[in-house]
Amino acid sequence: MGTKDIIDTLAGIEPGSALDTIRARRLQARENAQKSYLSLFEPIDASDFSLAERAAVAAFVTGLHGESPVAAFYREKLAANADGAALVEAIKAEIERGKTSGPYGDFPAGPLSVENKAGLIYRVSTERRPALGARLVAALEHTHLLEFRPRDAASSDMKALLAAGWSDTGIVTFSQLVAFLSFQVRVVTGLRVLGASLGRTANAASGA
Amino acid sequence: MSAENKVNPPVVFTQDELGWVSWIDPLPEAELTERHFSGLVDRARAKSEYFRLLVRDPEVLEARTKTDKDIFYNTADGLPRAERELAAAATSRYNGCIYCASVHARFASTYSRRRDDVQRLLDEGVGADLGERWNAVVKASVALAATPIAFGPDNIEELRRAGLDDAEIVDVINGASFFNWANRLMLSLGEPSK
Repeated sequence: MGTKDIIDTLAGIEPGSALDTIRARRLQARENAQKSYLSLFEPIDASDFSLAERAAVAAFVTGLHGESPVAAFYREKLAANADGAALVEAIKAEIERGKTSGPYGDFPAGPLSVENKAGLIYRVSTERRPALGARLVAALEHTHLLEFRPRDAASSDMKALLAAGWSDTGIVTFSQLVAFLSFQVRVVTGLRVLGASLGRTANAASGA
Repeated sequence: MSAENKVNPPVVFTQDELGWVSWIDPLPEAELTERHFSGLVDRARAKSEYFRLLVRDPEVLEARTKTDKDIFYNTADGLPRAERELAAAATSRYNGCIYCASVHARFASTYSRRRDDVQRLLDEGVGADLGERWNAVVKASVALAATPIAFGPDNIEELRRAGLDDAEIVDVINGASFFNWANRLMLSLGEPSK
């Protein structure tokens, strides 16, 4: 492969390495994971979901996974946005308040109810609501639900987003962004872990 | 909403075919333009409420669909299709997406011819004993689905001991990770119906 894409950059994969060669065998997936990233963060139309909002949600959801090169990347993207920079500290503070372990939540009432697992129902802190604004407050609360307890999602959650000023199209793109990042952060982590094990194998083979 | 009247939600994981009903408005079929059809990739997907909802953002849907297809359908090399579907089904079982689990459990059954084992994954959950190779795939998928992500060197070792090479392990990582994308859309934008 010629140039590094965003997953290569975040996972530390170099051109010509073993993992680069393996990724080249799923070229369409590789190219379209990149196109997904670009469509979400450099869209042709951001009127339903602004670039600053996208960066804020991205920093929040990746930060909820714990500190990593991915979380740092999206935090920097937020800081680099003219309207987003002022939100960096608020997002950082909300990440700390929202950190927990998932997935949890309830199943539909019935035989699966024995698997119900209680956990944090995250709400944005009262003092940071004015700075974030109604749309982002609703978005962060929904992002936390999507990340940690997606099985709790209900039609009332859509109504809460609509009531906060989100359009149907904005909700679709926002949901895609959170869900895509849930994918991207896992691919990056998985490839990093695999890459580190290849390094160990190579060292062992050479007697190092 | 009218949708709430016609929904008959499943209360267990199943390999039966389920419907899916959107909680917000999909685009009407009559309003789809060529830009939307590009986003749908397959024109037949215009019949699906789910895809007509996601096509509100055609560029993201198109890229997502092509990512999905290559991860699961490109079987020129790498992990057998059955085990990619197993990773999808296990991820969906763990996250709690009854709809996604139904589709990919059926695919896992079809390609593996191990329908009873797939059903045990659905009935007993991700702790079901399905033999060394499938257990390793399920465990890796579950570790990837957890937040914070719990996937680590032990998962790689288990997959290797079960006979997977590095390219096959990447297929597990891609397949399981992709369902953390799919599950969140299916679970939050609408609901399954029998």
